[in-house]
Amino acid sequence: MADWINTLLQGLLAGGLYALLAAGLSLSFGVMRIINIAHGDFAILAAYGAIFLVGSFGLNPVEAMIIIVPLMAGLGFALQRGILNRTLGSDVLRPLLVTFGFSIIIQNLLLQGFSADSQSLTAGSFGTASIPLGGDIAIGLMPLTVMATAVAVLAGMQWMFNHTMLGRAFRAAADDAEAVRLMGVNHRHIYAMAMGLAMAMVAIAGVFLALQTTIAPTDGPQHLLYAFEAVIIGGLGSLWGTLVGGVILGVAQAIGAKFNPGWGILAGHLCFLAVLVAKPSGLFPTTRDR
Amino acid sequence: MNLPAPIQRHASLAFAIIAALAILTIAAMPWWAHRASEQLLIEFLYTLALAQGWNLLAGYGGLLSVGQQAFVGLGGYSLVILGLNMGLNPFLIIPLAGVFCLVVAVPMAAVLFRLRGANFAVGTWVVAEVIRLIIASNTSLGSGSGTSITDTLVGIPVWWRVSTTLWIALALGAGGTLIVYALLRSRLGLALTSVRDSEAAAASLGISVRRIKWYVYLAAAFWAGMTGALIFITKLRIAPDSAFSIDWTTTIFFVVVIGGIGTIEGPIVGTLVFFILRGLLSDYGSWYLIALGTIAVLFMVWAPSGLWGMFTKKFDLHLFPVQRRVKSS
Repeated sequence: MADWINTLLQGLLAGGLYALLAAGLSLSFGVMRIINIAHGDFAILAAYGAIFLVGSFGLNPVEAMIIIVPLMAGLGFALQRGILNRTLGSDVLRPLLVTFGFSIIIQNLLLQGFSADSQSLTAGSFGTASIPLGGDIAIGLMPLTVMATAVAVLAGMQWMFNHTMLGRAFRAAADDAEAVRLMGVNHRHIYAMAMGLAMAMVAIAGVFLALQTTIAPTDGPQHLLYAFEAVIIGGLGSLWGTLVGGVILGVAQAIGAKFNPGWGILAGHLCFLAVLVAKPSGLFPTTRDR
Repeated sequence: MNLPAPIQRHASLAFAIIAALAILTIAAMPWWAHRASEQLLIEFLYTLALAQGWNLLAGYGGLLSVGQQAFVGLGGYSLVILGLNMGLNPFLIIPLAGVFCLVVAVPMAAVLFRLRGANFAVGTWVVAEVIRLIIASNTSLGSGSGTSITDTLVGIPVWWRVSTTLWIALALGAGGTLIVYALLRSRLGLALTSVRDSEAAAASLGISVRRIKWYVYLAAAFWAGMTGALIFITKLRIAPDSAFSIDWTTTIFFVVVIGGIGTIEGPIVGTLVFFILRGLLSDYGSWYLIALGTIAVLFMVWAPSGLWGMFTKKFDLHLFPVQRRVKSS
């Protein structure tokens, strides 16, 4: 019994990481209507950036994250402004294939720079510490931190959407990009801001990913798929739905892996397909996929 | 610049004659060519077959699948199921692999068509992963490490094996191109082209966009399945990671994007460019792939109609004339 509760808790907290990954994907899809195929690869890029900073300059992971997050945000802003904005239009093919190209480029640059070996960041005693909850049940401090960060980031996003000019512009662009332009808003700038913000969240997720598990240069796509599944399960456009989607995915994977270590990822995918069959718009849809 | 119709007709007639001669020359390769050049041509033709299928799917049907490796892999694994386990002749398995993929594609489409545009794309990837994981966990199919399929080919002389493979590759690559051409010149092709240009306008003219999408999805699955079986006859060994690798789709993307999406000539041009680049650069490993990725990005941003699109814009010449011209009388 106790190990089942532990499994569920693990899955539940794993959902925090998925939600962090998914929030960026959801933001860029909501505002620009594009899916960044290289989303997971950018997380891995940020993770390797942190590994590099920790290894070469002796920083601790938190300091590395403080440096990496603005760098990734700047990269996101520049890529959207310089390249992706040129591919916008009614055709979803162009941004999709451009980001697919980014994915290939990032993976191979990382292979070139860091070899194909798996690496990770260590958080010392903090990484393995856990809070006992009585019986044999315990919660890892690290996953709990990730979940708390995810909740804080999502709350911050929600606040920004509701209370700032930028948030209003994001929501307006998501509703009707043409009307936003008619109101004199520079939609190209808004898109670049959204991509920058999405990339900042991806960077946080990436550094946590390297702290929780080992990563390899070609791991990006699988994280794109998890993030995507969390977004669709939760329902397009819903921030808190994304968190629920991440948690459902995490729990499904944990339960699957409990039966057979090879079934974890498969169980997550099947759970996503089941939601797609039962409720194609996700559990908490707020916007329509146009 | 609009060429007068007679010149256009002469040009496409000349091309048709050259193409027919080329097909005959390739079909006769077992009698005059080295085995290495036959192998290269087989590879060229199966890449073309996959590219034409995806071009029909994405370029005309507007269905951006990132998961065509599902059908390549399932086609390949048909060799294991029907060949290794049931003892069927591998070349007979090829059409069966196509039918198998067609059947599997029906429930896949039913689920995936709930997603649209870019979401559909990532959804197809998830389904391909699901199939890979299921096959990798199945010990009777060799599980994760894969299995050799050499046993299915025992008893077939090498000359016959290579020649038959070449002829089937020719049927899939060149034949596939001709089928797409015939299709686009038919009534259904007119509907397809209108769906490519504007789904909303096509629907308002009474075309069932949904039915068109079903047709192209199933047709592409069928073709990719047969091609997958052929590919793994040449490779002699199959493992889930190679059979369901995203690299199949990456190659198709590159070929169609460089050549020109939504044209019949595009995939042919793209496949040629791809093989030339691979011949020149593949020794550079990761840098080669970085270069391919960069080229694809540059094309998508600054030349989305590809090499063939740039060419026709300048010369208005069509080797496979499927355009319909409005006649002013």
